[in-house]
Amino acid sequence: MALLLALVIAVITLVSMYLFTTPAWHMPPYISEYGAAYDSHFKLTLITIGIIFFFAQMGLAYVVFRYRDRGGRAGYSHGNTAMEVLWTSATGVVFVGLAILGAHIWAQAHFEQPRTDALKVEMWGQQFAWYVRYAGPDGQFGRTKPELMKESSGNALGLDPEDPTSKDDVVMPIIAVPVNRQVELILRSKDVIHNFFVRELRLKQDAVPGMETRLHFTASKIGRYEVPCSELCGLGHYQMRSFLQVMSPEDFEQWLRENAPPQ
Amino acid sequence: MAHAAGAHAVHHAPQGFIRKYIFSMDHKVIGIQYWFLALLSVFVGMALSLYMRLRLAWPSGSFPFMGEGPMTPETYLSLLTMHGTIMVFFVLTTAPQGGFGNYVLPIQIGAADMAFPFLNMMSFWTTLLGFFVIIAAFFVSGGAPTGGWTGYPPLSAVGEIAGPGQGLGQTLWIVSIAIFAVGSLLGSLNFITTTIDLRAKGMSLMRMPLTVWTWFVTSILMLLSFAVLLAAGILLLMDRELGTSFFIPAGLVISEQVINHKGGSPLLWQHLFWFFGHPEVYIAILPGMGVTSQILSTFARKPIFGYRAMVYAIVAIGALGFFVWGHHMFISGLSPYSGLIFSMVTLTIGVPSAIKTFNWLGTLWGGQIRFATPMLYAIGFVSLFVSGGLSGPFLGQSSLDLYLHDTYFVVAHFHLVMGVAAIFGMFAGTVYWFPKMFGRMMNETLGKIHFWITFVGVYAIFMPMHYIGIAGHPRRYADTTAVDYLAALQPVHEFISIAAIITIAAQLFFVINFFWSLYRGPKASENPWEATTLEWTVPSPPPHDNFGGRTPVVYRGPYEYSVPGASQDYIMQTTPDTMVRGAK
Repeated sequence: MALLLALVIAVITLVSMYLFTTPAWHMPPYISEYGAAYDSHFKLTLITIGIIFFFAQMGLAYVVFRYRDRGGRAGYSHGNTAMEVLWTSATGVVFVGLAILGAHIWAQAHFEQPRTDALKVEMWGQQFAWYVRYAGPDGQFGRTKPELMKESSGNALGLDPEDPTSKDDVVMPIIAVPVNRQVELILRSKDVIHNFFVRELRLKQDAVPGMETRLHFTASKIGRYEVPCSELCGLGHYQMRSFLQVMSPEDFEQWLRENAPPQ
Repeated sequence: MAHAAGAHAVHHAPQGFIRKYIFSMDHKVIGIQYWFLALLSVFVGMALSLYMRLRLAWPSGSFPFMGEGPMTPETYLSLLTMHGTIMVFFVLTTAPQGGFGNYVLPIQIGAADMAFPFLNMMSFWTTLLGFFVIIAAFFVSGGAPTGGWTGYPPLSAVGEIAGPGQGLGQTLWIVSIAIFAVGSLLGSLNFITTTIDLRAKGMSLMRMPLTVWTWFVTSILMLLSFAVLLAAGILLLMDRELGTSFFIPAGLVISEQVINHKGGSPLLWQHLFWFFGHPEVYIAILPGMGVTSQILSTFARKPIFGYRAMVYAIVAIGALGFFVWGHHMFISGLSPYSGLIFSMVTLTIGVPSAIKTFNWLGTLWGGQIRFATPMLYAIGFVSLFVSGGLSGPFLGQSSLDLYLHDTYFVVAHFHLVMGVAAIFGMFAGTVYWFPKMFGRMMNETLGKIHFWITFVGVYAIFMPMHYIGIAGHPRRYADTTAVDYLAALQPVHEFISIAAIITIAAQLFFVINFFWSLYRGPKASENPWEATTLEWTVPSPPPHDNFGGRTPVVYRGPYEYSVPGASQDYIMQTTPDTMVRGAK
């Protein structure tokens, strides 16, 4: 029984660890400015935790086998204060150390102010689609009104026709951005909480009704990336998907022009 | 402390079936009632998860009792919501604390009953009412709730317009958890008072079994956290039914209709909910840690390694548990500065958890381990707790949460640690105390078959969820058909579902063993495991007032195994020093 239990624990441990290395399940290559830092910190955490996992499980397997009942008398000990202090401080240093080492990634994503020349994009979630708004040539987002938000009349975001700055706003169902240019993303929601997630950006943020959540990123590789909604938003949650289209600056300008509202 | 326990022993055993077994005020009967409620609930919850697994693996299949054709996504979401709610509240909170705590705590501290027997009866019946209300949600028009066990507004706050299940079903969900919160508050007051006031002579705090420590700290967590959940639930109910706007902001447009609310904050609910929700994780797991400590020491025939460190770790986990709720909200729009602080505190809470693991290994080290089924489950608990706990340092770092949040990585994490580890604690507790509760032993062979299939099975189910989480699979998806990159992960879903079907089927071994042993198991002696705590000094099952009119006196700590020079390899807490020496 002891040997079997020790073997099963050991096999589960080794198989689990081996499968973490399977490339099919890895994160896709990153395209954001802190992607490299994210991936190396993820790897550091994976290796550190992997070592702890290995020794904890193998230690368990070892003691289970080694100290099975063989008819003797067990040792009598109430513990060892020096060891308690040692492993308490060691785990404290390792765990908090990981958090400190990773903090700069969080800081880069959230504490740095976007550059003044960043492209401002507003992204609205609704059950079960995204609408993305560009300010147009005037550089200003026009006023929106909840009572005008009607997809059925082609005005999903409720642009107010009485506001001149809203006339040139471009509204699209996907988010297109120029490559290597910083984007300031303003996340909003019309109804319930949704979530903007792009694996390749290593970025995830809720779109909360009543709030404007600002974040920024720079996409470094031209391509088309999926944006699956990642906050439960109702029965169509699993189908709520958009795309991040990263384009060359020229293609992006042309795309904006093609999709501009008729003047 | 430690006085007048005898004064409470004078209540007389009730006569008649109803007062004795239904509306009983005996903590032992109430403990068993809680346990059976959890057993019923776990089978409901497991059946729901089985259907979820079927849908995930075979999205276009049609399944028995689920109507014609493929299962709708809203049905999937209601299964998910009801599974989470029933498991978290009516299993993970009910059995470890209400069940084992009620039955064992008074006996382990040498009391005749809980401090407030009537209140104890009320807390069970309140909890049961909550169960009936959540079950009723299956049968109302519009269907069972679909908002997840976290019930985030505005989805949960605006009614039917937000989709199926958001009508009466969602209302009943809120009412049920509010009722449950009331029952838990009544219970926790009772546990706290009992532990403080009714300990036998000599049962100092530092002689309490670690099980008592975990039930005591869990009660404090329940008192502080369920009060907040109750308030949050009432506010949400008012938003739905009375037109208030605590959680609903201005300008919502749902299905092209402007919602007439303004001034609320969806994040407020998340703060209140997780102020409850994070301590709830420890409410579920702490009693399992207590049971595991008790069993490891008993079956390794060794004192617990670092008793004091274990007590401090329990208290530290309980205290820190109230300062980490923000790690559920890193990507919610919470201030990123708060996020960083919550991240640091969250990583700190890994330290007392690690202390417990090290001390369990230290307890086994140098022991003479007896592999009876309670011990197998307890060792299983340690392994699962390590596996589930170690994904915490990934998710607790706000930086890594930028990707991992709300993926299957999270599903893997909390199922391993607060789900199956906690349930292994319940299996361990059931087999360990079954002889005391029912006077018979459970069958070892059936127990071992159940252990092996379940232990390997839960790893096969939950370990792969880490991998698809790292691949970016969002949770709460009815299937993988609408996102291109998820298609490649579908075989993993099929594997998980097959593992789940086998593991769920294996639970029949446990149930058959339980009911067979109830009537046919060999008679249990007073102390079949040769353990040292007070419940093993009384007959199996104990008389109505536990100690038959005696007042126990405690002379030593709870885990005196293999004491050098003693004739037996265990010394009861109630054995005076003179008796030990006399035995030499």
